Amino acid sequence: MALLEIQDLHASVDGHEILKGVNLTINAGEVHSIMGPNGSGKSTLAAVLARRETYEITGGRILLDGKELAEMKPEEAAREGVFLAFQYPVEIPGIGNAYFLRSALNAIRKHRGQDELDAMDFLPLYKERMKLLEMDDKLMNRSVNEGFSGGEKKRNEILQLAVLEPKLAILDETDSGLDIDALRIVARGVNAMRGPDRAFLVITHYQRLLDYITPDFVHVLVDGKIVRSGGAELALELEDTGYGSAEASVPAALRA
Amino acid sequence: MSITAKVTENENAMATVAGKLNTYLEAYGELAAERQQRDPLWLRQLREDAWQRFHAKGFPTPHDEDWRFTNLAALAKTPFQRAVKNDATVTAAQIEKFRVPGAGCRLVFVNGHFAPELSEVCDLPNTLEICSLERAIAKAMEGNAPNGSEPVGCAPEGIEQHLGRYADVRRDVFSALNTALWEDGAYLRVHRGAEISQPIHLLYVSAGAGAEIMTHPRTLIVAEPNSHVAVIEDYVSIGAEAAFSNAVTELVAGQDAVVSHFLVERENLAAFNISTLRLELARGSNVSSHSILLGGGLVRNNVHPVLAGQGAECLINGLFVGAGSQHLDNYMLVEHAQPQCSSRQFYNGILDDRARGVFHGRIVVHKDAQKTDAKQTNRNLLLSDNARLDTKPQLEIYADDVKCTHGATIGQIEEEQLFYLRSRGIEETAARNLLLYAFAAECLDRMADSPAREFVASLIGERLTELARNHQAAALSAPEETAPEEVAQPEEETQNWEGLG
Repeated sequence: MALLEIQDLHASVDGHEILKGVNLTINAGEVHSIMGPNGSGKSTLAAVLARRETYEITGGRILLDGKELAEMKPEEAAREGVFLAFQYPVEIPGIGNAYFLRSALNAIRKHRGQDELDAMDFLPLYKERMKLLEMDDKLMNRSVNEGFSGGEKKRNEILQLAVLEPKLAILDETDSGLDIDALRIVARGVNAMRGPDRAFLVITHYQRLLDYITPDFVHVLVDGKIVRSGGAELALELEDTGYGSAEASVPAALRA
Repeated sequence: MSITAKVTENENAMATVAGKLNTYLEAYGELAAERQQRDPLWLRQLREDAWQRFHAKGFPTPHDEDWRFTNLAALAKTPFQRAVKNDATVTAAQIEKFRVPGAGCRLVFVNGHFAPELSEVCDLPNTLEICSLERAIAKAMEGNAPNGSEPVGCAPEGIEQHLGRYADVRRDVFSALNTALWEDGAYLRVHRGAEISQPIHLLYVSAGAGAEIMTHPRTLIVAEPNSHVAVIEDYVSIGAEAAFSNAVTELVAGQDAVVSHFLVERENLAAFNISTLRLELARGSNVSSHSILLGGGLVRNNVHPVLAGQGAECLINGLFVGAGSQHLDNYMLVEHAQPQCSSRQFYNGILDDRARGVFHGRIVVHKDAQKTDAKQTNRNLLLSDNARLDTKPQLEIYADDVKCTHGATIGQIEEEQLFYLRSRGIEETAARNLLLYAFAAECLDRMADSPAREFVASLIGERLTELARNHQAAALSAPEETAPEEVAQPEEETQNWEGLG
């Protein structure tokens, strides 16, 4: 059974249809990349998978390990193993990073029937994963993302991923706004988390990220549909020719 | 025709006001007779002057600019009675739950009267004088001590010098009423240079036992130069009766003194509480006022610091959490009277159900108060469409070299933040509570690390848990999707002013 199976997915925001029949199958252990021009629906797909309620599913099915993802609330999806690394991580003043992440981990562990971790058990795990992301210990007790630089926010997303160990990790344009050093660190974090039980859906606008995180499959999303799929070489080809080659009907203005 | 009608209306109104004041007139008459022998002349004169003030003005109405958002009709029409001394039977077991862990001494007042058997008076000779104000005055009136063998606990010196000197009976009728009618309260004097390490707990208990009681607690805190102290003034109820607490506290901070004052309002939801904190700051002193309003039906929290010495610093920090039909009104009057002082006001409000909140932040910079640095921030979360908040900044600046900023926001819990927490596996209710707590806890960040802060943190936690539980219960008992009633939209606004450079 596939880890994620998306069948003819339609979704809209404020009555505007954004996804117009997406089909995608992801197996455990695979890394898929979704590329496409601005406005093609990449972030909408990510938000729908994370069960953001402002995005309405109007047709089709999503199966996560055979369960109907569309019927889950965001927290239920997270507990079933979906993780979204946000394109714009949210600042939450007044809630400490470590406290927040331990609460999240315990909610997930509880769902899995595991014991909850107290602060003393949690700390070594947290510190080890922070080291992987080359994050300063000082960020630990700061409020979630508050006053973080853009790069620190993105690293904090991958840190959360590394602690929560999801089945399906969705990276929504994690590379946007990152300098090359931060990009390398983020990619190393992601690569360290690759494994036979985990799948990645890497959403990006640029080939650059895929130099560091090599995908097994690349899909091109244009106007709410996947118009072309291939291996890692497809990303390179797109870099040369643009998304226009993926579908001739795409207006030039939408090309990257 | 219409004129006649108006006259009749006015006459009615007058008659009602007179009727309303009767209960206070009676109380004053009784007390004046008792005091003829007992009180020193200066005090009797203070009281008489204050009484005349109150009697002439009566209760404010919403036409009064300072009371625009708070209607006192329900307070005025309730015939509150003075509590007879030693009439209330409150046991140590009943007040055990109000204990502040880590507090040093504790004075307990039941219905406005000192309860020595419930109090824990600490013995800090040459450091701290702490006792019942009534007893200290009685002691001063030689031979009039209620009981010669009982330790009064402090020397009365300083009382005549300070009592009634700061509370503004001319402007504020409730300060006048308190001055006329107070029967007891706490007197604290921290000696020069003394550092009191544990917070002092003043517990004011309303226990009507079937009656509607009024009390007018009076507190005087004198922190001599270079002393350090923290005081928790705590209002609680035993039982569900409506009570009226009209408290006035005068806090005098001497040169370079460091004082923290905590007002905790956690009375029952029928209670009326009008608290006035008048702070007098000498040169280089540093005073923090923390107001934590969690209970009470109608609460008016007046904080009135006067920065009366060069370089004084004042923090005015507050949190109010209202639900049901609670009405929580905060009236700040910050007076900068001398140069180079700074004041910081931070008030956060959380309002649910039909609760109403008011934040009135008035800053007056007198003409000599150059280099004043005054800042005011009021942030509010409305959790229900029927909750309402009125926020009003008011700056009066008579000096020309000052920095004053003010800002206010009214909003809801941010959906972005909620989704972020939920997307990590945290359940919706828990995520909401986490965000609420974070908002409320901002006031804790501004308190020094101390048992008082721990105590306030736990009270806030309990109150928010209660709020969340009520929500869940309401959600469970709500019938499926009934058509919502047409309700008037609250005056809702999100504003952000930063200005007046």
